[in-house]
Amino acid sequence: MLALEDLRVELGDFTLAADAAFVEGRITALMGASGSGKSTLLAAIAGFVAPASGRIRVTGADITGLPPGERPLSILFQDQNLFPHLTVARNIGLGLRPDLRLSADQRAARDAVLDRVGLTGLGDRLPRDLSGGQQSRAALARALLRGRPWLLLDEPFSALGPALRAEMLALLKETARGEGLSVVMVTHAPEDALAIADETALVSDGRLIAPVPTRALFDAPTPELRAYLG
Amino acid sequence: MTTGTRLGHIATGAVAAALLLPLGAVAWRAEGWSGFRASDGHVLWFTLWQAMVSAALSILLAVPVARALARRRFPGRGWVVLLLGAPFILPVIVAVLGLVAVFGRTGAVNTALGWADLGPVSIYGWQGVILAHVFFNMPLATRLILQGWLAVPGERLRLAASLGFAPGDTFRLLEWPMLRGVVPGIFLVIFLICTTSFAVALALGGGPRATTVELAIYQAFRFDFDLSRAALLGAVQLCLGGAAALLSLRLTLPSGFGAGLDRAVPRWDSGGWGLRVQDSAAILLACLFLLLPMVLVLSQGALAVTGLPASVWWAAVRSLAVALTAALATTALAFVMAQAATGARGGWAEVIGTLSVAASPLVLGTGLYVLLLPVVNPVSMALPVTVFVNAVLALPFALRALIPAMRDLDRDYGRLSASLGLGGLAWVRLVALPRLRRPLGFAAGLTAALAAGDLGVIALFASPDQATLPLVLYQLMGAYRMEDAKAAALILVALSLGLFWLFERGGRHAGA
Repeated sequence: MLALEDLRVELGDFTLAADAAFVEGRITALMGASGSGKSTLLAAIAGFVAPASGRIRVTGADITGLPPGERPLSILFQDQNLFPHLTVARNIGLGLRPDLRLSADQRAARDAVLDRVGLTGLGDRLPRDLSGGQQSRAALARALLRGRPWLLLDEPFSALGPALRAEMLALLKETARGEGLSVVMVTHAPEDALAIADETALVSDGRLIAPVPTRALFDAPTPELRAYLG
Repeated sequence: MTTGTRLGHIATGAVAAALLLPLGAVAWRAEGWSGFRASDGHVLWFTLWQAMVSAALSILLAVPVARALARRRFPGRGWVVLLLGAPFILPVIVAVLGLVAVFGRTGAVNTALGWADLGPVSIYGWQGVILAHVFFNMPLATRLILQGWLAVPGERLRLAASLGFAPGDTFRLLEWPMLRGVVPGIFLVIFLICTTSFAVALALGGGPRATTVELAIYQAFRFDFDLSRAALLGAVQLCLGGAAALLSLRLTLPSGFGAGLDRAVPRWDSGGWGLRVQDSAAILLACLFLLLPMVLVLSQGALAVTGLPASVWWAAVRSLAVALTAALATTALAFVMAQAATGARGGWAEVIGTLSVAASPLVLGTGLYVLLLPVVNPVSMALPVTVFVNAVLALPFALRALIPAMRDLDRDYGRLSASLGLGGLAWVRLVALPRLRRPLGFAAGLTAALAAGDLGVIALFASPDQATLPLVLYQLMGAYRMEDAKAAALILVALSLGLFWLFERGGRHAGA
């Protein structure tokens, strides 16, 4: 359980209130209009924005004050997920040890995860020599290698074309199920939510509305969802 | 707050102390204004007057050159722009030697005047000081004004062309407003540089009619051994620099090293032959003015290099050591201070870093002398003090290169690094050094070049066995050993520009 307890995030005039929980083992889509604060909420969970009040707990443990790198989660951003001057293998290796002093076992694990996301043999390349889809795969590979139970995604595949995006979403779903990952994914596309999300939560009027099953939500849209879909 | 930011705040505090303690010592030793002599009023007046004239002349001469470069495309244009950047890192004393070769008693100019039966002009005195200041600052002004010219949007020039503007109309409606915006800031920067310039006044000025405050500090120190008088003059200089620095807060100061000067804006109003001749003449004369002194010195120097005494080579080794140490210190300081400036409450790191623009080497030197005197013999500290002063004075330039780069790094990869728990030395090794190589290389190169060529505080402190290469060069000039001086100048130029080139290139040619 990833629980947000009376959480308030303030950025200038903007305030966001959240009092809800995400269930383990599920993929939850976080939707809302642009500027609604869904990315801000994700940034607060990941530890980049300190909340004004409230707590964040993961399986009971309070993580509100932990630095980003020590939280039981990995995050994929919209872009800049890879350091452009490090090879793909080194970028992924950062998931095991941030100082990259890898043992032989760790190097083997790194190569295995490269295979797992379909980047076999591309470890020595620089990110700029990969396609957009391959870069997303590399970022996902690092998140898998880190082995944190939660995975947060901030519109991670929005720069990809429709076909590639569908492919990455499928890969995400498959790996999340296979590794038992819990996923919270910010998206503005209803089709993404419908494609892979077990549950969907809306951010509307400065407030997080607790997640409900995606299919049921879209079958009988709440006023907030109707306002968003237009 | 991370370790790096904390180190940055500590470094900023240390730099603030390093600036304020010597300045405080100067103020303390100055002991009131009773020691102020009537002749000091003249020194102050000359300092202001020559700086004003130098700045005005530099800008007046720079405008036609910048205009020509802005609207002409020709092969070698990039080299001309590069040449205009060179005086900034050229050792002052070498340029002075070159100007003496051209404008001195036996130089080309006086030879020509002799043919025309006109009396010889002397390069020593106020005219020489102003000439040298124009030599250094006309190129700087040209680059800065050229930046302004290139910032005029191309769309506006296109609109002007479609409305049938004559060159006069373009000037009145587009170029004059641009110049009015950029010139005051440039004037102030050059004025400030000229009030604190010491080596030029030392080599070409002097006497009752051409002594600057900086030179007067040196004379009070070396010739009168009058420390409190030196401190008094130092306080005068400090007020001067402080006033100029305060003024500069009200103006947007130009940033020194414009990128993207390598393009010419397409123009439709300057095709006439008259304008073409005018532009070509401006560019040619500027190049001649900059190149001739250098070519004369370096070509004659090359012939005498092998005959140089060992003492000159030892001085070169000392200069190299000073340059490398200062470069290391400034780059490390700027690196951690840029981290502090990027983080929360980091504004003061930026302020302290630019503050040293107002401090002059001789004032800092006097202050350090006052501080060191009770503890050690300051003369024995000549080289460390030189390293220290140069490291502090180069810091604003290093920070100007590093702070924006550090901000970009934080914006682009700060969250990624944090989310991976990538911090401390691993972050320095894997992220910061590879991504900041360019500004780091530039900062190190600039500091090394400036420190290698510096003839300032070393003249105040050094005994002969500690002389650096610029000081030895000055002494050779004073002894009229011009062949040896030119050969030493060649080594010094190779050292300064070579170090800059090595570091800068090392930063540029690395990875992605």
